[in-house]
Amino acid sequence: MGLKRPDLETKISNLLSPLVVAGAGGALVLIALVPQLAALIREQLQANLSPTAAAVAASAIGVGATVFLVGQLPVFLIWFERKVAAHIQDRLGPMRVGWHGVLQSFADGIKLVFKEDIIVNGADRFLFKLAPFLVLMGAFSAFAVLPWHTGLVVSDLNIGLLYVVAITSLGSIGLLMAGWASNNKYALYGGMRSAAQMVSYEIPTAIVILSVVVQVGSLNLQDVISAQLGGFGNFANWHIFRLYGLNVIGFVLFFICGLAETNRSPFDIPEAESELVAGFHTEYSGIRFGLFFLAEYGAMFFVAGLTVVLYLGGWSGPFFEGPLVFFIKTLALVFVQMWLRWTLPRLRVDQLMALCWKYVIPFAFLVLLVAALASAGAS
Amino acid sequence: MKEYFADLFAAVTSIAKGMGITLAHLFTKNETQQYLSEENPGARWQSVIVPEGLLQDRSRMRLHVKIEDCIGCKQCEKVCPVDCIDITTEKREKTDAPIFAADGTAVKQKVVQFDIDMSLCCYCSLCVYPCPTECIVMTPEYEFAETVKSEFLYRFAKETPAPPEPPKKETSDPVAAGGS
Repeated sequence: MGLKRPDLETKISNLLSPLVVAGAGGALVLIALVPQLAALIREQLQANLSPTAAAVAASAIGVGATVFLVGQLPVFLIWFERKVAAHIQDRLGPMRVGWHGVLQSFADGIKLVFKEDIIVNGADRFLFKLAPFLVLMGAFSAFAVLPWHTGLVVSDLNIGLLYVVAITSLGSIGLLMAGWASNNKYALYGGMRSAAQMVSYEIPTAIVILSVVVQVGSLNLQDVISAQLGGFGNFANWHIFRLYGLNVIGFVLFFICGLAETNRSPFDIPEAESELVAGFHTEYSGIRFGLFFLAEYGAMFFVAGLTVVLYLGGWSGPFFEGPLVFFIKTLALVFVQMWLRWTLPRLRVDQLMALCWKYVIPFAFLVLLVAALASAGAS
Repeated sequence: MKEYFADLFAAVTSIAKGMGITLAHLFTKNETQQYLSEENPGARWQSVIVPEGLLQDRSRMRLHVKIEDCIGCKQCEKVCPVDCIDITTEKREKTDAPIFAADGTAVKQKVVQFDIDMSLCCYCSLCVYPCPTECIVMTPEYEFAETVKSEFLYRFAKETPAPPEPPKKETSDPVAAGGS
């Protein structure tokens, strides 16, 4: 004791913490103001450019903004998950880098960038390098159809939900590729498990999505939200309150499937630490490993966001509406995902399959059946 | 069929119960505390401030022996699971002036050696409980790293016998030495 340590780290974080807090506050304000901002930008573009160029520029800006947001989200979510985990286990969690460790993820990211990028002997180099990008692409391109507000969506596809089902399953190819290319039995097991799991849970996911589609009559996510507008307090029309309460089951089923699709606990058998070292990313290091993490947390946020769109009214809310409402609801669901992760033990492979085929799929069909009958009766 | 729904019900209720427990823990007081950065008061605001003397009840820190109070009962030596305490006593003569520990116990043994090897200590605190005169205690000291391992041999006795001579190096090849 009494030893003076050079505390550059402390000085830097003292300097940066107010900036980060201000940045987070600014980001929230910005998210709240995005509709006005977008309208302003669109106006300016349409005034100054030809219609085609304006459309191209608008979507470019939309893509840029989404990629920026989605790139920053995991950094925050990783810190959030670590804090939630720590406090559930009566620990403190990261405390040193910045205010309660908010900069910890940035520090970890910088560390990952500077780490050696190891490609093991005997690995399939091309596939090994390709896999993380494929996984990342699968997770991030799904954000293209996620509506933040009316008219505020990167690509307002009329087959939005079909696109979601298609693009999110791309990730499982990436995971399988990573497992195969690593030339490592644990990685291969992890990849195989993830492929089996994702393919199994695609089915109930699609059926549950279908039950919502039947009720709305459209695959467009904006249409799904506008079908939930109005009613008592502007939230009584949310899908979760409709269909004789059966949509609550649909909501829970979709949430379970979302957990399984993103390989979150209790369905994290592809990366079961105690069995498979780290699963499909056992051999990855440096920024490639970081990309897998980014993809996982991005997918988490996306699945929560999609649940909000399908069942909790998207950006509509009782007091005010807009991107901030959507963001808060999604974060709440992400919190539930984390909460579940630190509550439940991991399922065995056979339990995982039993849950899918014996419990989730029958109930998904039940919800679909009732939804179909109800909408047939209504029309 | 009945079993199926019973299972489902059990699963849902037990998950709800578990989530209730974890949620309760989310808002309870932490069991751990931030490492006290004594040398860096400027960084205090970002750690949990624990005032001095408010270390947690079960803190395990550096051991200290108040050697004047030691009566040489060797209970700590016996209880130590890693045998890091080494005590040698000599019987005091009846003619010597009687001395007493702080709590009034007569000191009948002269402690000539009381060594604790802190590099072996496992901080279980088991030695603290049986001590009849409470002379071996855990102090709040927690930063005592050394660069040489022998520095961790803490000698508490006032009259420590000279350390035994290192065994003389015998002939390098015992077979050749014995066989001749």
